[in-house]
Amino acid sequence: MKQELVITLIIFILLIVKLGKEETKNETLINLVNILLALNLFSGFLFQQSGTLFGDMFRTSQLFTFEKNLLNLGTLIISLQSYNWLKRHKHVPEFYILLLSTLLGMFFMISSNNLLMFYLALELSTIPLAALANFDLEKKRSSEAAFKMIISSAFSSGLLLFGISMLYGSTGTLSFIELPAHLNGNPLQIFSFILLIAGFGFKISAVPFHLWTADVYEGAPVAVTSYLSVISKGAILFVLVSVLYNAFAPLNESWYNILFLISVLTMIIGNLFALRQQNMKRFLAFSSIAQVGFILIGITGYSAEGSASVIFFVLIYIFSNLAAFGVINLVSTVTGRENLNDYKGFYKNNRDLSWVLAIALFSLGGIPPTAGFFGKFFLLLAGAGRGNYLLITIAALNMVISLYYYLKVIKAIFMDTNDDPIEPVKTGWSPRLAMIICIAGIIITGLASGAYNYIYSLFS
Amino acid sequence: MNLSLLILVPLITAVAILLVKGLKQVRTIALFGSAAQLILAFALFFFYRQERVGGNSSSFLFENNYTWYEPLNINYHVGVDGISIAMILLTAFVVIAGVLVSWKMEKLSKEFFFLLIFLSLGAYGFFIALDLFTLFFFLEVAVIPKFLLIGIWGSGKKEYSAMKLALMLMGGSALVFVGLAGIYFNTNINGVHSFDLTQIAGMNIPIEVQKLFFPFAFIGFGVFTALFPFHTWVPDGHSSAPTAASMFLAGISMKLGGYGCLRVATYLMPDAAHEYSTIIIVLACIAILYGAFATMMQTDLKYINAYSSVSHCGFVLLGIGMLTKTAIDGAVMQMVSHGLMTALFFAVIGMIYDRTHTRQVAQLGGLMKMMPFISTVFVIAGLCSLGLPGFSGFVAEMTVFMGSWQKADAFYRIATIIACASIVVTAVYILRATGKAIMGPVVNNEHLSLGDAGWNERLAAGLLIIGIVMIGIVPFLLKDLINPATQTMIQKIVAVIK
Repeated sequence: MKQELVITLIIFILLIVKLGKEETKNETLINLVNILLALNLFSGFLFQQSGTLFGDMFRTSQLFTFEKNLLNLGTLIISLQSYNWLKRHKHVPEFYILLLSTLLGMFFMISSNNLLMFYLALELSTIPLAALANFDLEKKRSSEAAFKMIISSAFSSGLLLFGISMLYGSTGTLSFIELPAHLNGNPLQIFSFILLIAGFGFKISAVPFHLWTADVYEGAPVAVTSYLSVISKGAILFVLVSVLYNAFAPLNESWYNILFLISVLTMIIGNLFALRQQNMKRFLAFSSIAQVGFILIGITGYSAEGSASVIFFVLIYIFSNLAAFGVINLVSTVTGRENLNDYKGFYKNNRDLSWVLAIALFSLGGIPPTAGFFGKFFLLLAGAGRGNYLLITIAALNMVISLYYYLKVIKAIFMDTNDDPIEPVKTGWSPRLAMIICIAGIIITGLASGAYNYIYSLFS
Repeated sequence: MNLSLLILVPLITAVAILLVKGLKQVRTIALFGSAAQLILAFALFFFYRQERVGGNSSSFLFENNYTWYEPLNINYHVGVDGISIAMILLTAFVVIAGVLVSWKMEKLSKEFFFLLIFLSLGAYGFFIALDLFTLFFFLEVAVIPKFLLIGIWGSGKKEYSAMKLALMLMGGSALVFVGLAGIYFNTNINGVHSFDLTQIAGMNIPIEVQKLFFPFAFIGFGVFTALFPFHTWVPDGHSSAPTAASMFLAGISMKLGGYGCLRVATYLMPDAAHEYSTIIIVLACIAILYGAFATMMQTDLKYINAYSSVSHCGFVLLGIGMLTKTAIDGAVMQMVSHGLMTALFFAVIGMIYDRTHTRQVAQLGGLMKMMPFISTVFVIAGLCSLGLPGFSGFVAEMTVFMGSWQKADAFYRIATIIACASIVVTAVYILRATGKAIMGPVVNNEHLSLGDAGWNERLAAGLLIIGIVMIGIVPFLLKDLINPATQTMIQKIVAVIK
C-alpha cells in the first residue's frame, strides 16, 4: 500500500502547486517531480510487506512490490527523457498528474485480488492515458490518436465486463482466490474466459486486437508512446501472468491453446507489418506487437521459469525499448524528424546517440551480449518446457525476421549516406542520464544473473 | 592456466581501443592485443602438452565452472581438449594477420579494430565453452560484428551481402537453439535439466529424441560452414567484406560451424549422426563438386576463393559424415588447414586489390614482375589450396580420403572418389588464375609502377605461411594434439554403431 500512498502524495503536491498563485517555472517543476519519482523508486525497496487489505480486495507481496518498482523505474526514465519536450509545454503539472494517475491505476491493478477491483484499476489506468495521448495540443493527429484510443479501450472494457459478469453468473465469485475451486471448464466459463482474454489482448495489443496500436503510437507524443508501449503493457502482462497462473489454473489446457494461437499470430503479423514501416514510431509500435508474441510464449510455459522469464523480459524490455524511444524522442523534439529515411547517415553527426540506438535495437532483436538475448532465450526455453517444439521453432525463425528490420535501421544509421543528415542533437543532462541508466541496464541485466535469480526466487 | 584469459585479453583490448583516439594508437593497441592472444594460445598449447605428457588423461583440461543462472542450471563452464586448442591457435594466427593487413584502415579505424577484436572474443569463447548455453552465447556474439564490418567497410553490394550473411547465420543459430532446447529438456540429471556438455556426453539421449533434434543442430551449425544448400551467404559475404573481415569469415567463422557440427551435433547425438550419415555425405559431396565447378566460372579473385571455400569446407563435413577416426582427424585438420590457407589467400587478394584496385583476373597479369613477394605468397596459397604435398592442404585432404576409404561399402567408396576427383578441378582453377594473374604478360602498364608488400603485410603473410608449412611438414604435431580428443569422440560413436 505504501507505494500507492507515495504516488497519491506526489499527485496532491502537484495539485497544490498547480492551484497555487505563483507560476512555477517548468524546469524546476520537472526536476522536482523527477526527484520525487526517484525517491518513490528508492522507497519502494524499503519496508517490503505482504498481506491483504480491504476484505481481500487488495493484496501485496514481495513479487508485486518488485513489479511496481519496475514500473516506477520505467516512469522515471520516461520522465527524464521527456525533459526537452516538457520544458516547452504549457501544462506540465497536468501531464504529471495524469501520468501518475495511470501509474496509480496500474499499481492497484497489479495488487488486485478480485476481478471487480481489477476492472476499476484498469479503468483508472486507461482513461487518463487517452487524455495523455492528446497532449501534443496543436497536432490534429494527437487528438485523433486519443479518440481512437478511448473508443477502442471502451470497447475492450465492454468485452471484459461482459466476460466478468458471465463468469460471475457461472461461478458465483469474483475473487481470484475462490475462482479456481469453481472453475470446471464448462462452455459458459470458456466463453467468458475468451472474452476476458480479448479484453487483455486489446491492452497488450496482441493480434487480432492490435489494430489501434500503430495509429495511436504514431499520433501520441513520443513520451506517451513509450509509456504506452512499455509501462502500460508491462503492467497488464504482470497481471495476465498472475491471473492465468493462479486464478485460471484449472483452465490451463484451454488457455494454453488460445495463447499458442495468439502468440503465433502476433509474432508473424507484428513482424510482417513492421517490415514495411517508414515512421520510426510506427515501426517500434509493430515491433512491440511482435515482442508481445514472444512474451506470450513464455507465459505458455506454465511454470516458475515461465513467469520469471516474463517478468525478467519486461525488465529488459523497459531498458531496451526506452533507450530506443529516448533517442527518437530527442531527435523528434529537436528536429521534428521521425522517418527511417531521416536516420540515414545518422552516425555522421551523432555518434553516441547512434550507438545507444544500435545497442537498444540489438537488445530488442536478441543479440548477445545485450540483455535482450537472455530475455528471449529464457522466454523460448520456458515455452519449450511445455514440450511444444513447433511453437519455439516458429518463434526462433520469427526472431530472424524481426532481426531483419532492426538491422535495416542499423544499416540506415551506419551504412547509408544522406545529403541532409540529422544535425548534431544536443542532449541535456537529464535525457543523458536516462540513456546511461538504460544502456547500463541492457549490458548488466543479462551478463550478471542477479536480477533473474531474484525474480525466480520470488516464485518458489 | 586460466582459460578465461582468452576472453579477458580481447575484452581488455577492445575496451582500450574505445578509450584512445587516432589510427596510430588504435592499431598499436590492436596489434599488442592480438600478439598477446597469440602468446596466450601458444602458452596454452605448451601447458596442454605438458599435462598430457605428465599423464593427465581426462578428456577436458583447465576446466573452470562457475554458476551463472542457477535456477536454469546454466553455468559458465569452460575447458579445452586438443581440438579446441587447434582452433584457438588458428584463431590467434588469423587475428594477428588480420590486424596487420588492416594497418592502414583510415575510415572509422577505432570502430573497425574494436569490431575485429570483439569478433575474436566470440570465437575464443565459443571454442572453450563446455556449456551449451555459453557456447550458443558466444556463437551469436560473433555474428553481428560481421554484419557491421561488411556493411560499413565493405565494397560492392555490401549492404545486401551483410544483410544476407547476418540473416542466414542468425537463421542457423535459430535452428541451433531449437536443437539445444531439445537436448536440454531431454536430459535429466538428478531431477534437473542440463546444458553441460560433459554431463550430456556421459548419458544416452533416447534415439527418437536424437533423430528429431540432430537435424536442427547439424543444419544450424552447417549454415555457418556452408553446408549445401545453405552456402549462398558465403560467396556474397566474402567478396563484399573488407580484407580482414574476409579472413575472419573464412578463417574463423566458418570453423565455428564445423566445430559445432562435430562437438555438439555429432558428439552428443551419435546415434542420429550414424542414422543420417548418408545424407550428410551426399550433401558434402554436392558442396565439394558444386563449389569446385562454380569456382571455375568465377572471374573475380575473391569469388574464386569464396566458392573454393565452399568446396573445401565440404571436406570437413565429409570427414564428419564418415564417422571413422581417421576421417574425423582429417576433418579437424582440414578446418585448421583451410582456415590458415584461406586467410592467407584473402590477405594476398586484399594486398593485390589495394594496389591495382581490381580483383578481376582478366585485368591482372604479370604481377610477379612488380610485386614478387605478394605473387609468391599467392602461389603458395594456391598450391596449398590444390593440395600440394609439403603444405597443410595435402595432409588434411589426404587424411580425410584415407578415413573415408576405410569404409568398405560401394556408397562410401563412390563418395570418396567423387571428392577426390574435385582436386583435379581445384588444380584447374587455381593454376589458371595463377597463370593469368601472376605469371603471364603485363596487362595494364600502370601496374608497372606498383610497389611490393610493406613490413606489416610481409609479417602477416609470413605468420600464416609458417603455420601452413609447419602442418605440411610435421603433421604429427597437429595429429598428436587432436588425437586424444578424437579418440574419445570415436569411442562414443563406435559404441553406437555396434
